[in-house]
Amino acid sequence: MADLATTGPTSQAAPARLDPYRLRGDFPILSTANRFGKPLVYLDSAATSLKPLAVIEAVDGYNREYSANIHRGIYEMAERATGAYEETRVKIARLINAPDPHEIVFVRNATEAINLVAYSWGRRNIGRGDTIVLTEMEHHANLVPWQLVVQEMDGDLEFVPITDDGILRLEVYEVLLHLRPKLIAFTHVSNMLGTVNPVREMTEMAHAAGALVLIDGAQAVPHMPVDVREIGADFYVFSGHKMLGPTGSGALWARRELLEAMPPFMAGGDMIREVHLRRSEWNEVPYKFEAGTPDIAAEIGMGAAADYLMNLGMEAVRVHEQDLARYALDVLPREVPGIELYGPAAELRGGVVSFNLPGIHPHDVAQILDRSGICVRAGHHCTMPLHERFDLAATARASFNVYTVPEEIDALAVGLREVTRIFDR
Amino acid sequence: MDDLYRDYILEHYRHPHNFGVLDAPTASYEGSNPLCGDRITMMLGISDGIVREVAFTGRGCAISQASASLLTDEIKGKTVEEVEGMTPDDLLELIGIEISPARLKCALLSLDTVAHALADEAAEKAEPDGSASAPSSTSA
Ligand SMILES: Cc1ncc(COP(=O)(O)O)c(C=O)c1O
Repeated sequence: MADLATTGPTSQAAPARLDPYRLRGDFPILSTANRFGKPLVYLDSAATSLKPLAVIEAVDGYNREYSANIHRGIYEMAERATGAYEETRVKIARLINAPDPHEIVFVRNATEAINLVAYSWGRRNIGRGDTIVLTEMEHHANLVPWQLVVQEMDGDLEFVPITDDGILRLEVYEVLLHLRPKLIAFTHVSNMLGTVNPVREMTEMAHAAGALVLIDGAQAVPHMPVDVREIGADFYVFSGHKMLGPTGSGALWARRELLEAMPPFMAGGDMIREVHLRRSEWNEVPYKFEAGTPDIAAEIGMGAAADYLMNLGMEAVRVHEQDLARYALDVLPREVPGIELYGPAAELRGGVVSFNLPGIHPHDVAQILDRSGICVRAGHHCTMPLHERFDLAATARASFNVYTVPEEIDALAVGLREVTRIFDR
Repeated sequence: MDDLYRDYILEHYRHPHNFGVLDAPTASYEGSNPLCGDRITMMLGISDGIVREVAFTGRGCAISQASASLLTDEIKGKTVEEVEGMTPDDLLELIGIEISPARLKCALLSLDTVAHALADEAAEKAEPDGSASAPSSTSA
């Protein structure tokens, strides 16, 4: 599969199947046990993923062997650091098929990328009475920054509603586009419902109405082939730590013309070409947006994560995780009487399954599962409006990644039956 | 086997004591943990500085609801000062199970809500003669 790493996710070769049992050996944390001596059953990958040895070693290698600052030193070690950092830009561009590595801006996470666009592009381009269209299923990271923009600039927010199955209602979207919005911002994959949205179709519709498009790819890039050119988006954001990379790494991709027209978001060292006492000239894209010393080790680690994923093949990753979702949607209702599941059919979702046991708060569910070493998320998963939409205070969520195996879903089913037993006794 | 979900905790959760509403509470407050969706409304009937009646409604996890049930039993008949003097540790002792850091907020919501109800009441009382100052945060 080595050639996939160089041809990128657009390669149409028949996808090899991924062997999760074999690659579990790449994740040192999977051989640890919790305080009850139970092996780790990690079903919270949508919150953050585990890290393979290749990533751990890339971070370690930088810290041990060449921990110099970038873009500054003349000596060999500094050149090596700059080289590794810039090489990551190339890898990330390849991962999402961006036309030009200089369109990749490194940030700490998806949240920072969205804030960058909101501050820099939003405050320049959103004026009084202008509309931004979001959806009811957005993570707070793709909602609150836009609330701030429209409050400050006196604009408006509109929301594409969803069906009870958690699918965006495109017929309403079409109507909202008549408002001539300036920007449509939506998630590629919902972190609560798992819904994979028709991003290409939605982008085409937005462009036809004269709007730009920002896509929150935090739950997509780690799990499926993403091709920003095919989608046609204007801005695309994601976090490194959900795609097997380190915390503190992430990326914004945007079309070069947009980045060039945008004012800097943060100012300081590295982002300038010339500084005089009373004025400065900005550096070129993307450095204009990378003020100060970044998390060099983390970004290099994200590059190693991109390599790891491209070696597996994103199509194989997608197939594996969709199989897991299908398995969970089949097994859980059969094995756990009364369980309520949210979100669409497996065909339309990524590896995310949110659920509730009737009459039992998800915190209690998660706490009892923890005794068996099973990690699930409980709460609103940073999607409070979406939970309100379903009249839910909270849900529990199991989410999968390349290292997840069906046996872990079986363990979840057994654990959930135990929860029910404890509460029914 | 499960420390956190001892029978008496689950019993308080299923059949909470003092669950309901007071007709004419002298103090009440709705507290919530937005992060987990726990929600409790505490209602107190106070006269002569003594908590004569107490009731609560709400929904949430077993820990938050059992905590409210145990706390309302505890404060009924106590003076306002005694209730104001209750610390989180007092409540945790009352609950009697080991609470992990992630669940502390659930366990302490009831006491926090009572403290807010009392602080609001004190502020209202101070209001008429114009000497009201914002209540400083209570001991809880
Ligand atoms: C869909 C979605 N968007 C954005 C984010 C924010 O990611 P981060 O916290 O890494 O900025 C998340 C993470 O939970 C997410 O699931």
